[in-house]
Amino acid sequence: MTQWIPRLLDGLAMTAQATIASFALAVLVSFVVGLGSRMRTLRPFFRIYVEVFRGTSALVQIFYFFYVLPLVGVQLSPLVAGVSALGLNFGAYGSEIVRGAMEAVPRGQYEASVALSMPRWLAIRRVILPQAVRTMIPPFGNILVDLMKTTALLSMISVGDLAFVGKQVLQSEGSAVMAYLPVMVLYFAFAVLLGRGTHRIEQLVGRGWSEATT
Amino acid sequence: MRVDYEYALRVLPVLLRGAVTTFQATIGGMALALVLGLVFVVLLRSKNVLISYPTRAVLEFVRGTPLLIQLFFLFYVLPEWGIRLEALGTGIFALGLHYSTYIAEVYRAGIESVPRGQWEASTALSFSKLDTWRRIVLPQAVITVLPMLGNYLVAMFKETPLLATITVIEMLGAGLSAAASSYRYFEVFTLIGLIFLAMSLPAGALVRKFEAINKRYA
Repeated sequence: MTQWIPRLLDGLAMTAQATIASFALAVLVSFVVGLGSRMRTLRPFFRIYVEVFRGTSALVQIFYFFYVLPLVGVQLSPLVAGVSALGLNFGAYGSEIVRGAMEAVPRGQYEASVALSMPRWLAIRRVILPQAVRTMIPPFGNILVDLMKTTALLSMISVGDLAFVGKQVLQSEGSAVMAYLPVMVLYFAFAVLLGRGTHRIEQLVGRGWSEATT
Repeated sequence: MRVDYEYALRVLPVLLRGAVTTFQATIGGMALALVLGLVFVVLLRSKNVLISYPTRAVLEFVRGTPLLIQLFFLFYVLPEWGIRLEALGTGIFALGLHYSTYIAEVYRAGIESVPRGQWEASTALSFSKLDTWRRIVLPQAVITVLPMLGNYLVAMFKETPLLATITVIEMLGAGLSAAASSYRYFEVFTLIGLIFLAMSLPAGALVRKFEAINKRYA
């Protein structure tokens, strides 16, 4: 069994890489779509994007990116295809978080910015977003943990992540307990770590901030 | 690339037959999750820490690991332990177990959303414990819980394609085997996506309607 440890760690590294890359893409997309939805002309397109990606299955989207895009001439490596699919999938959920958090900022804050004759985007950047970001952190933390677990699906398009290594162990050792117990423990440890990390960030940005100040 | 509409029409019935299995998996998984979730929430609320702590640990572990891995684990381990289930049964079991850990929390939130005063009033009116649950707590808890359960039902529906990885011929499985010989991945996957949309959009709208009704009575 010990000879598998380096392979498992490689798999973990790949899972971490896929998680970071797709989370970065998801956050980027969330803000572009969440803020872009405020512009009336763009809103219908973003709406369609959100509904399509939230309304279909993540695994189907991953396969779509992997099998269909090459047919229209877009060749992506399995990792890039998978990360793109996951980033866009979770970005659809994330954009709703951004939108909701922006709407949760009290109206008075918008009105005060207008009263101070701040340009609209300056007000959003300096007044609204800094307040909205605090409320976004816990749901984005959930998305991060969820996303990490969903990267296991990338093993289905031959990305060599933790789930993939688990399958290899199974094939050569023939024991499911031996193959998947260490894999599950590693996933769990990673999930706990990410959960703790986001909790810490929540505390940091929440410092000096209470209901009374809003 | 040319879209072959004739092929799309031919493969549609195959996919819809797969969709029947998708439904079976969703309904079976949800039924199991609703029951197991109930068991978990009872154990979780136990005053004996020897029961509630281990339950919490199990729930955290199941929630902290990917469904795909649990699916593989059960698919290969159950036969090793002499439990023979067909692939669909294993899939339903995995879906039910995974989602029950979330649904247990939904139940807990629902029960805790009933104000303390309601319990106290029931005691004051000397309701029996059964009547307190049946006539006071549950009717109120169910209202808050329904939209959340609806969300999980839709989420589970969208995760059923994972069962294709353990040889279940649901929608994705049927599509993959059709596309493997025809190589018309565009038509197959686009149709699968559209079928999913056709189901989950109305379902999502229904859940939102429930939420709106809730807000009105909250």
